[in-house]
Amino acid sequence: MFSDVGTQHYLILSAVLFSIGVMGVLIKRNPIVIFMCVELMLNAVNVTFVALGRHFGQINGQMYVIFALAVAAAEVSVGLGIIVAIFRSRETIDINEVNLMKF
Amino acid sequence: MSGESVGFWILSLISVFSAIMMIVTKNPVRSALNLVITFLCVAVFYILMSAQFLAAVQVIVYAGAIMVLFLFVIMLLNLGSPEALIEKGTIQKPIAVGLGIFFVVLLIWSQALITLPQAESRAEVTQFQGTVEAIGLSLFNPKLPWLFPFEITSILLLVAVIGAIVMAKRKV
Amino acid sequence: MLEKFNHLFIFPEYFHGVHLPSLVPYIAVVGCVGFILTILPMLIWIERVVLALMQDRSGPNRVGPRGLLQSTADVVKLFFKEDARPKNIDVSLYHIAPSIAVITSISAAATLPLQNIHFEHANGVPFTVPLTAGNVNIGLLYILAMSSLQVYGVVMAGWSSNNKYSLLGGLRASAQLISYELAMGLALLCVIVMAGSLQLNKIVDSQNILPFAGAPEILRGSVLCWFWIRSLIVPVVVYTIAMIAETNRAPFDLPEAESELVAGFHTEYTSLKFAMFFTAEYVAMLIVSGLNAAMFWGGPLPPLNVVPFTLIPGFVWMIIKIMGGVFFYTWLRGTLPRLRYDALMNLGWKRLLPIGLVWLFIIAGMNLGTDLLIERYPAVKNLVPQEARFTEPEAPSSASPGQADAAADEPEPVQYNALSNPGQPAIPISRTLPARRVR
Repeated sequence: MFSDVGTQHYLILSAVLFSIGVMGVLIKRNPIVIFMCVELMLNAVNVTFVALGRHFGQINGQMYVIFALAVAAAEVSVGLGIIVAIFRSRETIDINEVNLMKF
Repeated sequence: MSGESVGFWILSLISVFSAIMMIVTKNPVRSALNLVITFLCVAVFYILMSAQFLAAVQVIVYAGAIMVLFLFVIMLLNLGSPEALIEKGTIQKPIAVGLGIFFVVLLIWSQALITLPQAESRAEVTQFQGTVEAIGLSLFNPKLPWLFPFEITSILLLVAVIGAIVMAKRKV
Repeated sequence: MLEKFNHLFIFPEYFHGVHLPSLVPYIAVVGCVGFILTILPMLIWIERVVLALMQDRSGPNRVGPRGLLQSTADVVKLFFKEDARPKNIDVSLYHIAPSIAVITSISAAATLPLQNIHFEHANGVPFTVPLTAGNVNIGLLYILAMSSLQVYGVVMAGWSSNNKYSLLGGLRASAQLISYELAMGLALLCVIVMAGSLQLNKIVDSQNILPFAGAPEILRGSVLCWFWIRSLIVPVVVYTIAMIAETNRAPFDLPEAESELVAGFHTEYTSLKFAMFFTAEYVAMLIVSGLNAAMFWGGPLPPLNVVPFTLIPGFVWMIIKIMGGVFFYTWLRGTLPRLRYDALMNLGWKRLLPIGLVWLFIIAGMNLGTDLLIERYPAVKNLVPQEARFTEPEAPSSASPGQADAAADEPEPVQYNALSNPGQPAIPISRTLPARRVR
């Protein structure tokens, strides 16, 4: 099992991290932690990009990661702003209480 | 076993463990700090894959900026105490864990099914590709498709900045 | 005269079968850590003495000659203090926080350029190896990454102490760190644009040039060629203000404002844990001063290229410049009152950040304009600092233009040397890189 590391190992690792992120999104009720799980999923995908980019000897994988980073930064700033705004108006951020859009 | 393998096995265990701790622990501050550990491990994975520039950016952006923002909001909203949000046991939880494990198995199984084509990378080429020069030369090369997305990203960030300010200022 | 002494600093490549250049990083590691840990007590003593001089007091004068052993006494005292721990803390985070603060600040020293060591190959080819623990491609980014990780020590300490003062101090410190990091980065970007590299020893090398064509050799790598003047002074001012705010020192020491916050984030820490925070703060001071020295003040370069200066080895110049930074810290602490919190944020976001942005544009435009001018009037070349930034050996480009078009990620093959030095001992790696304009 503890053999030399190849691209496949990185792919499996990122699959595991991604799935942990998915589980976190499904389990947690705190939107901030859910948000963090989404970040974890993004990171797992980034690892895949870099691993495959190295495998094929291309720089494209790293390019995608740079853009993913920029998008993640933008997403977090807006998302946390939304969470703070919700907290201000409703005094809670429990994801089951925030159901204004639901009938 | 090469240095990369040793680093990979140790860090993959640490990163998976802290990722699991992130979703298991009830305290948001602790989940955030566990996630920071995972991000730092990912940065080291980038170094192992000789993507030095990405590793530095990963630490600066994710660990240095994004997670600090998270910690800020958690402390600002005073969610640090575990009692702030009581996680009740619902039917959702076991189903989610079961589905998650199923998903892991599915992903690993699908990777076992396919065989990657033979690696085309040469060591010195991949080593150079991680450097700042290589990234910059590709990013700003008009012949490559990255220049336009890069410019668009600046607009995206500007919109995000304005959006965050509007969101923070508005009295609802 | 110069040649007479220069051979003293040239080492052979092999000494009794030991490959000396490969030992250099280890020497740098030992030297860096040893220097940092031994200079710390001295640093505290220097600060107290200088402060006393400025405020016309006598300063430390009880333990040892001129109070020289005062810091030793303090350390011994801290050793034997009771390790008090408050109730209801988050135990593990409370214990981890000080070590994170120390580790992140010390490890940032790894890429500081200390000196170039000259070696001579067996066949008489001279080459230089930078005395740096990690001479990596991302040197500057590494230091910035480490300094951005310092937030965690502060935030964890503030949060886990279960104390309002600590929490407020921690929040203030992290807000301050984040907001001044931007101004700091912009000031450093100005230098990066001029030097064309993130590798710190290359940035130092690009200051080791003639200020204009036909200048006397005495001016090579002199004060006039350093980036503080070549980037037109504003970036160094912005960086210096930002670096003081980054390390939470006076007049920006709001996180530890003792009159309002007791001691900020380390209120609840005693004994050696407190000493670790103290260490982290002083080491951070040394690191940012070292970065200042390397980026703006020529790093290990002597101020003038003449004999009494050039005889002093580079790392001594580096230490002298770092100590100059420390003196500046003390000077400010002795003269300026503490800023209000909103004034601090205003200074960071509304003054330094726009100035940094505008100056980055000016520097980039200046670079571009010089290139254009040289293309139009080649005589201009004699007026600007000589030698190209980031020189590379020009290699025969055999690829036809059509080939370069087709292969986007395989550009025309050009012999590319990893370090710009022609006689580099490292394995000559042939890499693919499009030819760069060398002026």
